Amino acid sequence: MDMNQYLDIFMEESKEHLQGMNAILLRLENSPKDSGLLNEIFRIAHTLKGMSGTMGFNNILHLTHEMENVLDNLRNGKMEITTNVIDILFECFDQLENYISKIESTNSEGEMISGDLINKLNRLLSSPNSVNDYVQETTAIVKNEEEINIEVSDYVAKVIKIATEKGLGAYSIKITLDSKCMLKSARAYIIINSLERLAEIIHSEPSIEDIEDEKFDLSFQLIVVSEHEVEKIQKELNSISDIESVEIKSLDEKNISSNHSIAANEEVAVAQEAIAFSSPNFSVNNNISEEAENTSKKGKSSKTVRVDIDRLDNLMNLVSELIIIKTRLEDTDNAEDRQSMNEATEQLERITTSLHDAVMKVRMVPIERTFNRFPRMVRDLSRDLGKEISLIMSGAETEVDRTVIDEIGDPLIHLIRNSIDHGIEETLERVRLNKDKVGKVKLKAYPDGNSVVIEVEDDGKGIDIEKVKAKALDKNVITLQQSQMLDDNQIVQLIFAPGFSTADKISDISGRGVGLDVVKTKIESLGGTVEVDSVKNKGSKFIIRLPLTLAIIQALLIYVGKEKYAIPLNNIKEITTIDSDSIRKIQGNEVVLFRNTTLPILRLSNLLDVPDAENENSAECSVVIVKKGEKTAGILVDGLIGQQEIVIKSLGKFLNNTSGIAGATILGNGSVALIVDTNSFF
Amino acid sequence: MSNNNGTTNQYVVFNLENEYYGVNINYVETIEKVSAITRVPKAPYYVKGVINLRGEVVPVIDIRKRFNLPDSDITDNTRIIILSVEEMIMGIIVDSSSEVITISKDLIENTSNLINSSEDDYINGIGKIENRMIILLDVHKIFDLKAS
Repeated sequence: MDMNQYLDIFMEESKEHLQGMNAILLRLENSPKDSGLLNEIFRIAHTLKGMSGTMGFNNILHLTHEMENVLDNLRNGKMEITTNVIDILFECFDQLENYISKIESTNSEGEMISGDLINKLNRLLSSPNSVNDYVQETTAIVKNEEEINIEVSDYVAKVIKIATEKGLGAYSIKITLDSKCMLKSARAYIIINSLERLAEIIHSEPSIEDIEDEKFDLSFQLIVVSEHEVEKIQKELNSISDIESVEIKSLDEKNISSNHSIAANEEVAVAQEAIAFSSPNFSVNNNISEEAENTSKKGKSSKTVRVDIDRLDNLMNLVSELIIIKTRLEDTDNAEDRQSMNEATEQLERITTSLHDAVMKVRMVPIERTFNRFPRMVRDLSRDLGKEISLIMSGAETEVDRTVIDEIGDPLIHLIRNSIDHGIEETLERVRLNKDKVGKVKLKAYPDGNSVVIEVEDDGKGIDIEKVKAKALDKNVITLQQSQMLDDNQIVQLIFAPGFSTADKISDISGRGVGLDVVKTKIESLGGTVEVDSVKNKGSKFIIRLPLTLAIIQALLIYVGKEKYAIPLNNIKEITTIDSDSIRKIQGNEVVLFRNTTLPILRLSNLLDVPDAENENSAECSVVIVKKGEKTAGILVDGLIGQQEIVIKSLGKFLNNTSGIAGATILGNGSVALIVDTNSFF
Repeated sequence: MSNNNGTTNQYVVFNLENEYYGVNINYVETIEKVSAITRVPKAPYYVKGVINLRGEVVPVIDIRKRFNLPDSDITDNTRIIILSVEEMIMGIIVDSSSEVITISKDLIENTSNLINSSEDDYINGIGKIENRMIILLDVHKIFDLKAS
C-alpha cells in the first residue's frame, strides 16, 4: 500500500502530538504528582508509536517504544519523576522532532541515530536512582601491545602508506556486538555510519555488502584512516548501544603484510592509487549525499492546513452560488436583458467578496501554533542561564494567515531570547532591586483592525540608553552631533540598526551581532513594523504589527508613462494634486511646500526608468504621498486609475530582489502589473 | 560533457538570427506565443520583462540581448520557450521554434577546441545533423547570471 498519501496527515498529527507532549511535560514538571498528566503523555506516546509503526518509520517507533517503557515505570511508581528524567524525555521529544522535520524535507526519517538516547532511557530503567552518575561501562579500550599482522590487499596497504605519510592515522577496528543485539545489520550500519563521520573506511571484513545482508557472526573488522585520535573514535563508538567490545589498533606499514608483494613500479602505482584514494573509494559517500539532496528536492511534502468544517461548508455554499450566477449570466446573454445583467453582476460582486473573505478565513490559523513552542524554549533557557523565568502568554487564539505563522516564529524566538538573556537580571540582582525573584516575560497577541499585534514584554532592566548611544557612536551608526539631537526613544530604536549588539559578552544565546536588524528585516518583509518601548529598570517591550494577510491587499493602480503600477494602500497617506510650478529644487532634490511642511518629491518615472514618460508635466500633477514610519514623500505619477484589490504574486527566484519592486499582480485583462515597493525609496 | 539528466538526448530546436540552437527537452516546460510582456525596471539588461503564464508571473529573457545579437521585432513566429531549471521557471524569446530532434551523443562535438572559454561560454556542444549545425545551450549558464 502506498503510504505517501497519508504522509501529510502523519506529519500534521505527529507535530500536534509532539507539541502536546511538550506542553504536558512542562506542566508535569511543575506538578509531578499529577498522574493524569503522566497518563496523557503515555497515551500520546503510544499513539505516536502506532502511527510511526504503520508508516514504517522505525526510528521513531523504536524511540517512542523505549519512552513508553520509562513512562510506564513512572506511572506504576517504580520510578520517580526527577529533573533528569524530564530532561531526557525532552531530549527524546527533540529527537522525534528532528525525525519529523527530516521526514518533512526528504520523505524519509533519515539515518539519525537515537542509540545514545535509548541508552539513557535504558539506564533510567535499570538504575532509576543513580541516573546522574552513570558510567560508560559498555566498552573498555583494549590496548593490545602485541604485534598484529593483518592481511590486506595491495591497494589497502598503499592507501595506508599514503595516509600515514600524510599524517593521518590508520586503524584497525574490531567491533563485537552484544549477543542479545537484535537487527545486527542495522546496528552495524549505525556503527559504520557514525564511523564515516570521523574516518574513511577503506576495508571491511566481511565486506560491507555481507554486513548489510547480516552475513556475519557477532564481530566485524574495519580498516579506516582518520585525522582523529583513537580516543575520539573510541568515544564515538562507545555512545552506540548494543556493542560488546571495540578494539582499536593503530596500523602502520610494519604490521601490515600485504598478500602480494608490492610491485617494483611502486611509484607509478602509488601515484595512481593516490588519485583513486581521493575519488572512487570516497564516492560512495558523495553518492549518498547527492541522493539525499535529490530526494529533498523532489520529496518535499506539501504544506497543509487543517480547516474548521464550518468554514469549508461556507466556502462550498459560496462556490455553488457562484455557479448559479454563472448560469444566470449565460442566460441573460441571450435575452439581452440589461436589467437582469446588472443584477447578476452585482450579485457576482457580492459573492466574490464573500468568497474572498471565506478563503482568507480558511487560511487563518491561531497563533497558538507558534506560541506553543515557547514554554519549552523558555524553560531550557532559564535553566541554561540560571535565571528563574515565568512566561505568560495571552491571545494565543488570535488568528493570522498561515504564511505569517510560518515566518513569525524565528523573529519571536529572537526577541524572547533577547529579553531573557539581556533584559532579565540575574536572580541576585533582582532581589537587590526589590523585584520579584522570578523574571516575567509576557507574550501577547491581539487583532487590531486590519492587523495583528504581537508584544514581547519583560520586566528586566530595560535598555541602557547611554550604552546604546556609546555603542552607536562606536560603530559609526550615528555621528556625535546626531547623538546629541536624538531623544531617548529615538536612541532606543537604534538597536535595530545592522550589526548592533549591546551584549557585553557574546553568549550562546545571543549577542553575536546578527541581532535585531534581522528581526526587523524579517518583519518588514512580511509588511509589518516593529517598535520598542523601554523604561530603565522596569523592562522593555517589543511591539510587532503585522498585516492580517499577505496574499491579497488593497492597492492604488497608477500610470507612469504607459505602464501601470500598483502602490499598496498601506503605504499611502493621501493623494493630492499640486501645481508643477510649486516644485522647487533644493540641492538637486525636488521639494514642495505642502501644508506648510516640506515634502520631498520623487518622480516614479525616474526611479523606475520608465521610457517615454512625460517628464515635463502639465500645470497640475498627481502626487501620491507615501509614508514609512514618520517619514513622508510625494510620488509624482502620470495618472491615477483607482483603488483595487490585488493578489500578490512573487516575481520568482530570479527577479526577487529587484529594487523598488515588491512583487507583481495580474490585472483583469491578464497582463502583469508590478507592485511598487515605496519603502525602498526612503 | 553534457548536462543531460539521464539519457534523454532530445533537443527542442529554435531559430535565432539564422542559426539553430537546441535546449535539452528535459528543461522545457512549454512553448508559448508571445503575450503582453511587462517591463521590470532595474532588472538585468537581458530581462525583457515578466509575463502572465496561466496565473504565474514568469520572467522572460531576451536571448538576443544575452548573445549580443541585433534586436528584432516580434512576429507571428516569435515564441517564448518556458524553461524550468532548478525550480526556477523562466522564458526565453526566440525567433521561431517548431521541432524536436534527437541527437545522439556521438554527433555532438565538444566546443572547447572551437571557442576560447570566455565568460560568455554558454554553449554545451554542437550537434551535427545532416549538414545542419545545432548549437546546444547550457541553460544553467544562461540563467546563472544574477550577479552581473
